[in-house]
Amino acid sequence: MAQQAFAESGADLELSGITKRFPGFTAIEELDLTIPAGSFFALLGPSGCGKTTTLRLVAGLEEPTSGRILIGGKDVTASKPYQRPVNTVFQSYALFPHMTVLENVAFGLKRRGIRDAAGRAHEALRLVELDHVSGRKPAQLSGGQQQRVALARAVVNRPALLLLDEPLGALDLKLRRQMQLELKSIQSDVGLTFLHVTHDQEEAMTMADTVAVMNKGRIEQMGAPQELYELPATAFVANFLGQSNLFPGEAVSSSGDLLVVGTGGTRLSVPRERAQRHSGEVVIGVRPEKILLHSEEPDAVAGQNVLGPGRVVDVSFSGVSTQYQVAVPGLGTLVVFSQNLVYGSVVSLGAVVWLSWGVEHGFGLADDPASIEQPGRFVDDTDTSAIALQQRAALEAELDEA
Amino acid sequence: MAFGAFATTAAQSQAEDAPRRRSWVALVLLLPGIAYLALFFLVPLVSLVLTSFNAPGPSGAMGDYVPGFEWSNYVTVVSMYGEHIIRSFLYALLATAFALLFSYPLAYLLGVRLRRFPLVQALGVTLVIAPFFISFLLRTLAWKAILSDEGPVSTALHALSLLGSDDHITGTPFSVVFGLTYNFIPFMTLPIYTSLERLDLRYVEAGGDLYAGPVQTFLRVTLPLSLPGVVSGSLLTFIPAAGDYVNASSTFLGGTGTQMVGNVIEANFLSLQNYPAAAAMSIILMAIILVLVGVYVARSGTKDLV
Repeated sequence: MAQQAFAESGADLELSGITKRFPGFTAIEELDLTIPAGSFFALLGPSGCGKTTTLRLVAGLEEPTSGRILIGGKDVTASKPYQRPVNTVFQSYALFPHMTVLENVAFGLKRRGIRDAAGRAHEALRLVELDHVSGRKPAQLSGGQQQRVALARAVVNRPALLLLDEPLGALDLKLRRQMQLELKSIQSDVGLTFLHVTHDQEEAMTMADTVAVMNKGRIEQMGAPQELYELPATAFVANFLGQSNLFPGEAVSSSGDLLVVGTGGTRLSVPRERAQRHSGEVVIGVRPEKILLHSEEPDAVAGQNVLGPGRVVDVSFSGVSTQYQVAVPGLGTLVVFSQNLVYGSVVSLGAVVWLSWGVEHGFGLADDPASIEQPGRFVDDTDTSAIALQQRAALEAELDEA
Repeated sequence: MAFGAFATTAAQSQAEDAPRRRSWVALVLLLPGIAYLALFFLVPLVSLVLTSFNAPGPSGAMGDYVPGFEWSNYVTVVSMYGEHIIRSFLYALLATAFALLFSYPLAYLLGVRLRRFPLVQALGVTLVIAPFFISFLLRTLAWKAILSDEGPVSTALHALSLLGSDDHITGTPFSVVFGLTYNFIPFMTLPIYTSLERLDLRYVEAGGDLYAGPVQTFLRVTLPLSLPGVVSGSLLTFIPAAGDYVNASSTFLGGTGTQMVGNVIEANFLSLQNYPAAAAMSIILMAIILVLVGVYVARSGTKDLV
C-alpha cells in the first residue's frame, strides 16, 4: 500500500518535457506545466487536442514517451496508477456495476486499509446529497446521480490531486450548472488540487482559477479566465474561447501607447501593451460584445475605432443578447453582440450601420497572419482526404527535387 | 450470446416487461416446441419414473418386470452403487475445477489481452472450438493411445522411473478426470470468454485508480464481472460430466475401479437388463444434479450481475 494516510492538502503537479506518441501520431509535444497546490486548474481544448491524454498520463493510465511527472515534488513517472496519490472522476463514471453505491465509494478506502471506510463513505455521500441511495446499484441511478457518486468515490480518498475528465459532459444544462457549483464548493471546502479537463469553455471559465487552452498537443495560452478572454494571445484562443473579430493588416505606426494597423482601407488602433507584435504583418482583434452599433456615422473621437458603413446581413435573437452579422466592405463580416436593453432588436436586417469600440478593448495576436486558419479550425487533419493531400504534396516535392 | 446460457441479460428483462399482446401468435409459434418437449421429454420421464418402481415379473426371467410400486428399488441401488454416486460427483467436481483453472486464463488471454488483435483473437477462439470437428469418442480414444502403457507418456515416465513397472496411467482416476477435463474445456472456456470479451476495461482502470493493485483489481472487479460466464461454464461442465459414461468406461480411459453412475446405468440397462435399477439410478442422478445446481445458482447470485 502506497499511502496509509490522507493527503493533508493538495499537492502541486509538475509536468516537465512530456511527450506522448501513439503509433501514427503525437498526442502531446514537449509539454511543460506546473499546477500550484490547492488550485482549480482547467485544461481546455477541442477533442483530439491531447488534454485527456495529459490527464491519463497524470493518473498513470498511460506512460509518457519522454519527460517527467512530479506530484508534490515526488517523481511518479514510473509509478503505477494505484501507487499515485491521485483519483480520477472518469468521463464514463466507470462505477462498478456489481457493487452498491456505498461499496463503490468505500472501495478506495478499503484498498488502503483505512479504518471506518463505511462511515467515511457515508460522509462523502452526504456531501453530494446521495446518502439515501447508498444501498442501490449504479444502474438504478440517473446520470446526474451517477456522476455525483463518481465524484464522491474520488473525493472520499482525499487525493492530493483530483482529476476530472469531462465529468459533466453527459449532464443536461441545469444539472451541469448545479454540479459546477457543487464541485467548486467541494474544492474550496476540501482544499484539494483539481485538474479539470473539458472542451466546454464556459465550464472552464466559471469553475477554474487558471485555464490552459490546449491545441494540437501544446498549450496555447494559460492564465486566469478573464485574462484569457480579454487578452487572447493567439487566434486559436481568440476563437475557441468565445468569439472574436480578427483583422489582419500591416503595422503602420507604433508611436506612444498605440499601435496603428492599416487593414481593409482603414486604420485601427490597439494599445501597444495589449499587442504581441509591433511591426510588420499583424493580426488585431476585438470581442463582439465590445462593439457598439450606430445608425448614423459617429463623430471621430480619440480613443475610439470606427468602422463603416456596413450592412446588417444576419440578426439572431438569443434572449439576453442579439447577435448581428455586419458586412463591412474590405473587412468581411463582423460579429456584434448587443444586449437587449429594449424590447426586440435594435436594428433590423439590411440596415446600414457604423461600428465603434474603445481602443482599450482591442488586442493584438502573436500569430503570423498567413498562418491563421479562420473558419476551419475544427477540421480534422487526419481524415483520408487530408492524408491523401499530404501524400500528394510530399510526392510533388519529391518530384520537384528530382 | 449463445454461450451465456445462464446469464440474465438486460434484453431478457426488457422482454419480460413488454406488453403481452397477440399472445395467441406466441402460442401457435410455441406449439411445435411444446409438442416436442411433451413427446420426447415428458413422456420418457414419466415412463422412467414408472419403470423405476417396477417389480420383478412372475417368470423371474432376466429383463421381465411388471408395473409395481417397489420403493425398495431405490434403497437397493443406493446401497449397491453409493460409491459410484460419490465417485461421479467427485470426478465431475474435480474436472470442473481443473477445467476452470485452465479455461479462465485462456479466456482472459483471448477476451482481454488479444482484443487489440482481432485476427489473432478470432483464430484463438477457432482453435478452442476446433476439437468439436472431431468426434469426442475418437479424441478420447486418441488420449487412450497416448496414455496407454505402450504410449509415449507411459514409456517416458517409466524410463525416468517416475512410474513403477506395475503402474499404469489409463484405468486410473487420474486418466478419467483428465479425460473429463479435456473434453469439457471448450464448454468452460467459451462462456467465460463471452463474459470477458464484453468486460469494460474502464472498470479495470478505475480499480487501479482507486488504489487496487493488479491482484485486488482482478479479485474485486474483473472476476465478479465475469462471474456469469464462470457460472454458465461450470454448469455446462459439471452437469454432463457427472452423467458421463464414456471417459470412465474401461473401453476408454477408465478401469474397473473408476466406474461412474453413467456406467452403472448403462450396464443395468444394456447388459444386466435390470431396468428398474437403471431407472432409479437415473432419477437419483437427476435429482442430485438439480439440487446441487439450484444451490449453486442461488449462492452465486447471478441475477444481480449484468
